[in-house]
Amino acid sequence: MQAFDYLPAVSVDEAVAALAAGGAGARALGGGTDLIAQIKEGRRSVARIVDLKRIPALAEIKFPPEGGAWIGAAVTCRTLNQHVEFKRRFPGMHDSTHLIGGVQIQGRATIGGNLCNASPAADGIPNLIAHRVRVHVAGPAGARVVPVEAFCVGPGRTVLATGELVVAFEFPASPVRFGAAYLRFTPRNEMDIAVAGAAAAVELDDAGQNFKSVRLALGAVGPTPLLVESAGPRLAGQPVNDASLELAGSLARAVAKPITDMRGTIEQRQHLAGVLTVRALRLALDRARGTRTVDALGRPL
Amino acid sequence: MSSTSSPSSVLVETPLRVVGTRPVRPDGIEKVNGRALYGADVQLPGALQGRVLRSPHAHARIRRIDTSAAAALPGVRAVITARDLPPAPDRVEEMGDRTTSLRYVTDNLLASEKVLYQGHAVAAVAATSDAIAEAALALIQVDYELLPVVMTAGAALAPGAPQILPGLRAERMGQRDPQPSNLASMVRHERGDLEAGFRRAKVVIDRRFRTETVHQGYIEPHATTAICQPDGQVTIWATTQGIFSVRSQIAAVLQIPLAHIKVIPTEIGGGFGGKITVYLEPLAVVLSRKAGSLPVRLVMSRTEVLTSTGPTAGSDIRIRMGADASGKLTAAHAELYYEAGAFPGSPVGAALVVSFAPYACATMRVDGYDVIVNRPRSAAYRAPGGTNVAFGVESVVDELAAALSIDPIEFRLRNGVKEGDLRPNNEPYARIGHLECLRALQQTEHYRSPLTGRNRGRGVACGAWGNWGGQSSATAALNADGSVSLNTASTDIGGSRASIAMQLAESLGISYEQVKPRIGDTDSVSHNDVTGGSRTTFATGWAAYELGQKIAAEMTARLAAAWKISAEAITRKSGGFASGTQAVDFAEAARIACDDEPLMVSVTVNPKLYGAGFSAQCVDVEVDPDTGKVTIVRYTIVQDAGRAVHPSYVEGQMQGGVAQGVGWALNEEYVYNERGELLNGSFLDYRMPTACDLPMIETVIVEVANPGHPYGVRGVGEVNIIPPAGAIANAIHQATGLRMGALPMSPPRVLSALLARKNGSKGCGAVSQG
Ligand SMILES: Cc1cc2nc3c(=O)[nH]c(=O)nc-3n(C[C@H](O)[C@H](O)[C@H](O)COP(=O)(O)OP(=O)(O)OC[C@H]3O[C@@H](n4cnc5c(N)ncnc54)[C@H](O)[C@@H]3O)c2cc1C
Repeated sequence: MQAFDYLPAVSVDEAVAALAAGGAGARALGGGTDLIAQIKEGRRSVARIVDLKRIPALAEIKFPPEGGAWIGAAVTCRTLNQHVEFKRRFPGMHDSTHLIGGVQIQGRATIGGNLCNASPAADGIPNLIAHRVRVHVAGPAGARVVPVEAFCVGPGRTVLATGELVVAFEFPASPVRFGAAYLRFTPRNEMDIAVAGAAAAVELDDAGQNFKSVRLALGAVGPTPLLVESAGPRLAGQPVNDASLELAGSLARAVAKPITDMRGTIEQRQHLAGVLTVRALRLALDRARGTRTVDALGRPL
Repeated sequence: MSSTSSPSSVLVETPLRVVGTRPVRPDGIEKVNGRALYGADVQLPGALQGRVLRSPHAHARIRRIDTSAAAALPGVRAVITARDLPPAPDRVEEMGDRTTSLRYVTDNLLASEKVLYQGHAVAAVAATSDAIAEAALALIQVDYELLPVVMTAGAALAPGAPQILPGLRAERMGQRDPQPSNLASMVRHERGDLEAGFRRAKVVIDRRFRTETVHQGYIEPHATTAICQPDGQVTIWATTQGIFSVRSQIAAVLQIPLAHIKVIPTEIGGGFGGKITVYLEPLAVVLSRKAGSLPVRLVMSRTEVLTSTGPTAGSDIRIRMGADASGKLTAAHAELYYEAGAFPGSPVGAALVVSFAPYACATMRVDGYDVIVNRPRSAAYRAPGGTNVAFGVESVVDELAAALSIDPIEFRLRNGVKEGDLRPNNEPYARIGHLECLRALQQTEHYRSPLTGRNRGRGVACGAWGNWGGQSSATAALNADGSVSLNTASTDIGGSRASIAMQLAESLGISYEQVKPRIGDTDSVSHNDVTGGSRTTFATGWAAYELGQKIAAEMTARLAAAWKISAEAITRKSGGFASGTQAVDFAEAARIACDDEPLMVSVTVNPKLYGAGFSAQCVDVEVDPDTGKVTIVRYTIVQDAGRAVHPSYVEGQMQGGVAQGVGWALNEEYVYNERGELLNGSFLDYRMPTACDLPMIETVIVEVANPGHPYGVRGVGEVNIIPPAGAIANAIHQATGLRMGALPMSPPRVLSALLARKNGSKGCGAVSQG
């Protein structure tokens, strides 16, 4: 493992300055559960590490009165898993935050790190996309806001410029009769990386019979997590039934552009994109309606 | 060896008090509180840290190695390449887990002319810190000329295939091939007229199977520390299945007399056959010698373990079996192509003997091919070769039984071997417990309960393993307070310290707690073969039994002298000694016996009647029809232990073997790209099952005493891994109607087969006609 400088920042400005000064050799540090492993295995070479965990703004959790949430980028999965109000407002996010590693990893792993690591298979990102999250970025040129679906641009690559960091995530208020869910497929039940993942967020009409809006996102079936853009317009106003769920599955399959690697095959991933989308939708529907028609994996009981 | 080794039964008649109980293991506390010392824990003052440079290429000629920049780096104390090893003659010797040419062994340690697999060691450095050693590796310049890679048995044996080992000519049933090829050897066992047997059959099933390379996956990576003194005396700390095997391998490779080498064992975090071959130890010795006799410590990373130590062979298998209308087998034929890796020595020989071992069949032919490919040299793995071939045989037997509408256990009972029947290599079985295991499985609540739930299936399979005896030696000292110090040198991987001490306690008529077992170094007792082949509780346990007999005899003699009576007048009573009106307990007898002269005994054994082990297993699976994921819902293993010395450890072996078998069956495989680079060299992507993937594995111990051991012991470590893949394949068939022809039966393969059936084509992984 190579040697590097370690700079713990206590403010956003300090962190931005330190990252900018370090240039391409500088990396922000959240929990380090991705970064430290990558350095140890020689997959990433880093000269300077800027620790963000002591910056108060990045640890904030706020709930605006009009709904929604503001979550600092360095908030850990464990904190969110234990946060009663966050879980009440966004129960679907728990699907991701409790999947990332085990309890020990969750105690360190941040949502900001999950997003900025930009793994196509990250379990947090499709769910953030389904939740229409907006990413607040600070940098040498000032602050900006990026829709999360536009944040990742390739495996391990994001829109962040040198010196930029993620400050917080803005979750918009959920409408009534809203439900969201994330599911992944792994050969093992733990200690595995998503072969494919799907997140679904639905808003139903007053009767709970028709989709008012649908947002679908996929993981591990392309170079970045993908928003299924066609799903919104095609499914809004449609009745909730097997045919519309099957349509959702086929829209997801059409968007998926997977590769074959040691974790899965193109055929498998393409197929799973559809299967997981339908299952995640069923789970999201149960949550929107307060019913229980499927098991924890979205399979009809 | 004493007279107890007579060929008929040596079973003791007296009732057993210690054997069969479940005392606390002597090494338990240290292991639970983290104080036990494992290979990497050895930290000597002034030790240098070593690193090994490994080939990034799977097949290349080494044109030149330039180590000058590395050697010049401050802090680097030694750099070695193959040139620093003594030139190895092409002499065949017993080396670790095989008999092989010394040249191959040396070449695997450090590549000389060619690198033969990705991860093949080419140089090693020792430096004052690990960071310097790592930096030094980057300064070593190796000029490679890339050669075409050959990754499978099929590709290796294809006409015109690139020759991996220059000049290798196959030994085919005792004859050398005239032409070189990638075939190292071919062996056949046969009896009866094969085609006539198949003509008598009502049903013949002929299938081809493929299994992938898998690793033992022991939790502790290889690690060693060595010192080579200026006078040539060598001390090595090793985490190994056999310190004497390490010693003899070092002696042969480095041409050092055995007595000049002392190997000190650390605790061992698993081996399963993979910690017999030496990889690091000779390098550490040579580095230490070159670095002015400073100690050198070498520790592998997990990735190095996966790329550069022996996994077990992948294989191509053809199984053809026929049965008549009554369900009796008429003929059985196996063709096994096992991938040895870069050097000869796949477990195909053992696989031939496993193949149809549970089946009595007068007509049989088994052919085994040992094939060289550009993968790491394969090493022993728990019942070496057995799981591969049993996957095929048990799948075909299941098909035969179904075709004849016979219950799968009933079919196996009808054809099951018993005493006097022949193994595939035509050796007769002694008393064995195969039929007893099958009947016990039939009687389990699991097998008798109906299968419930959607997408579920149940499968059964059985397996046999020959076990081993081997050489052991041990000493014991009687202490004046009646405690006994037991010294062995058999690595304790699965609780054998306890099970050996129990046999001494039983033999001596004392309690387990009175015996303190210790595992010494190579200077403490004489030769012990490796802990492998399921031999240790059997053979070293036998030595312990004899130690007890000898101590008791000597105590009796000394008491007789003290009491001035004849030894014959003294009898044993509830642990003590008595004669007429005189009676002393064991402690008092010990005090008297040790009064004038210490009492120490030693024993050497090589027991031959080790007795084969059998297992029958039943599994319920659930197959997700949308994802192809197979979940183990319930698992029961029945195994004949002969006599379970410590039943908890027997159960642990049974569960451990099944857990490894489940991994092999469902997800484990080496995934290579077309350049022969391993893509999943980590425990993240080499998917062994975790506790979350397994149900509680139910165990049923059958005890058909082995007449070749005083307490009836049979080896229990290995047979359990043989049936799982076949049992799971049969369960998947019942759940889905699909016959899987390749391991692992991983989600993409099962899904592909499910989708292909839906689309009316043939998916990858489904079984193919022979
Ligand atoms: C055992 C284990 C299991 C795991 N299991 C899962 C799993 O199931 N699912 C999953 O998705 N992941 C998993 N991970 C990966 C990892 O834990 C997650 O991606 C985690 O969310 C990363 O967060 P972190 O805070 O540790 O990120 P870090 O490692 O600190 O950072 C990751 C990257 O993001 C950058 N970064 C971090 N914060 C910011 C910021 N605020 N602004 C700009 N850049 C930033 C860093 O520079 C770095 O490049 C696992 C990891 C381990 C070790």
